[in-house]
Amino acid sequence: MTTTDVSEAGLLAQFEATVARNDRIEPRDWMPDGYRRTVLRQVAQHAHSEIIGMQPEGGWITRAPSLRRKAILLAKVQDEAGHGLYLYSAAETLGVSRQELTEMLVDGRQKYSSIFNYPTLSYADVGTIGWLVDGAAICNQVPLCRTSYGPYGRAMIRVCKEESFHQRQGYELLATMMRGTDAQRAMVQESVDRFWWPALMMFGPPDDDSPHTEQSMAWGIKRNTNDDLRQRFVDMSVPQAEALGVTFPDPDLRWNAERGHYDFGQPDWTEFMQVVKGNGPCNAQRIAHRRRAHEDGAWVRDAATAFARREQQEAIA
Amino acid sequence: MTPTPDPSHEAGSAYDGLLEHHEVAGDDSQWAFGTDFEDPLAGVDTTVPDDVDAAALATYCLMLGDDALVMSHRLSEWTSNAPDLEEDIALANTALDLLGQARLLLARAAAADASVVPALPAGSPVPAEDALAFFREAGAFRNVRLAEVPNGDFAHTMVRLLLFSTARLAVLGRLVDSRDPVLAAIAAKGVKELTYHRDYAGRWFLTLARGTDESHRRLLAALDELWPLYPELLATHPVEAAVAAAGVGVDPASVAAEVDVVLEQVLAVSGVERPDKAALAGVRGRTGRDGLHTESLTRLLAEMQVVARAHPTGLW
Repeated sequence: MTTTDVSEAGLLAQFEATVARNDRIEPRDWMPDGYRRTVLRQVAQHAHSEIIGMQPEGGWITRAPSLRRKAILLAKVQDEAGHGLYLYSAAETLGVSRQELTEMLVDGRQKYSSIFNYPTLSYADVGTIGWLVDGAAICNQVPLCRTSYGPYGRAMIRVCKEESFHQRQGYELLATMMRGTDAQRAMVQESVDRFWWPALMMFGPPDDDSPHTEQSMAWGIKRNTNDDLRQRFVDMSVPQAEALGVTFPDPDLRWNAERGHYDFGQPDWTEFMQVVKGNGPCNAQRIAHRRRAHEDGAWVRDAATAFARREQQEAIA
Repeated sequence: MTPTPDPSHEAGSAYDGLLEHHEVAGDDSQWAFGTDFEDPLAGVDTTVPDDVDAAALATYCLMLGDDALVMSHRLSEWTSNAPDLEEDIALANTALDLLGQARLLLARAAAADASVVPALPAGSPVPAEDALAFFREAGAFRNVRLAEVPNGDFAHTMVRLLLFSTARLAVLGRLVDSRDPVLAAIAAKGVKELTYHRDYAGRWFLTLARGTDESHRRLLAALDELWPLYPELLATHPVEAAVAAAGVGVDPASVAAEVDVVLEQVLAVSGVERPDKAALAGVRGRTGRDGLHTESLTRLLAEMQVVARAHPTGLW
């Protein structure tokens, strides 16, 4: 520590000036406790989402209908593990270990994106998740490349590039299936019908019901409101659906020339709250899977630690 | 035609081009795996040398290809289940490498002798590699039984991968000199991959052997369980003898000694004794290479083939 005499007020002023200049806050910089907690909550939640998100698609690797699709899906789920790795690393710069974060996930003390609490029921879901779920995730994440916390922003740049690639692959799977048989086209439409509303929920509750938005925007952690991003997603997705030849299950969806945007209906926010609170179709299953994998692997991690310690001791001796 | 929404959103760049690319047919350079199925052997001369029995060559390719496909399947079952993220990624990587080898070998089998490919309804767009992977019955699979037995714990997977990759690396190390340029090229690619797989499995073998009491105990249990399947990797099938004599394939028995040396080294440095276990019997001498499998293969295939078989004219 240097001897600079810095009052709490002085540090706070510096911090706020950095955020106001759109500069990055780095791990060694002073930051308000609330900021640290909020960034940690968001980065950890994001890392957990990548890891839990491996399950709904990963379950189809062994059933992929062609070897090429199998390779694409394996590589994609592997990318998600990679995203989890660097997001956990970003979270660790805030002073919490991956092990602690994993325990908070399996204990239910930290959350992950609710979309992964919906089941994947056909191979078309692999495509729909790529197109709509990864698409919504990119909408949320592209602005985060400019987020105020440096390690998070840099991780997001890499994540976004790969997510964008996944989105195209998902869309391409659906486009290929739409050129196949009637049964395949029906499979795609059924999948899109099922995932459209949960995808809209990914932007979080409406702005007037979003408790964290205001502070997070002031701190430069969050750059757009939930409703802004949701609108952007709908505006982008409608022409893509038309090109694909599928419809969205929303009778209120129509172009509003006055606003220059699509009008659309509201997701079932009661269902959203159910899923957020742990009562979604797959919440218990996803956490149980993660907990089992973590616990089953404990003896392997212990062995690696013991082995490394022994090697170190033998090197010294 | 729906009006195009305002494209001025500054951060939407990840989407730019999605529709345009969709409309510009043929411009698919941005897709990593291509927008359409491409013959993995496109542009390669797949003519079988005159003095080589095409049927034997195709069967030999199925043997090597099925080993890779089935082993890849078992490894891919670890996805989201591994002890740590690094291992999840490494196992998926290994599964991907073997899947890539399987695709090339199945395609090579089909190109050498089209009669090995199951018949599908007229007009089916299913490519040969997928017809072979998804529409053959278990009895037509030529993989060794070691590749197919169900996963156990992480020690079980590391022991299996060590035995499998050590033997396969030795075989492909010779196969790079095959008179069939396609097999030689596939082998050259595989050698690099398998060198890593063997190293990965060998390092974990040592780590588990010298880690904790529990890891040591689990490793020995896995080794005992899998050792009876090891000799099958190195036994000579008549098809292998024939392709080896023709200079296109490798008789695994010819690399048995070098495989054994490598395994002895791993066992020695790990302080583990070589198990005293007899080779697992076959049925009237028939084993995996003859299409005689354990009960687990039909279950594995039921899962692997379920979606493809429901859509025999499907386009994926």
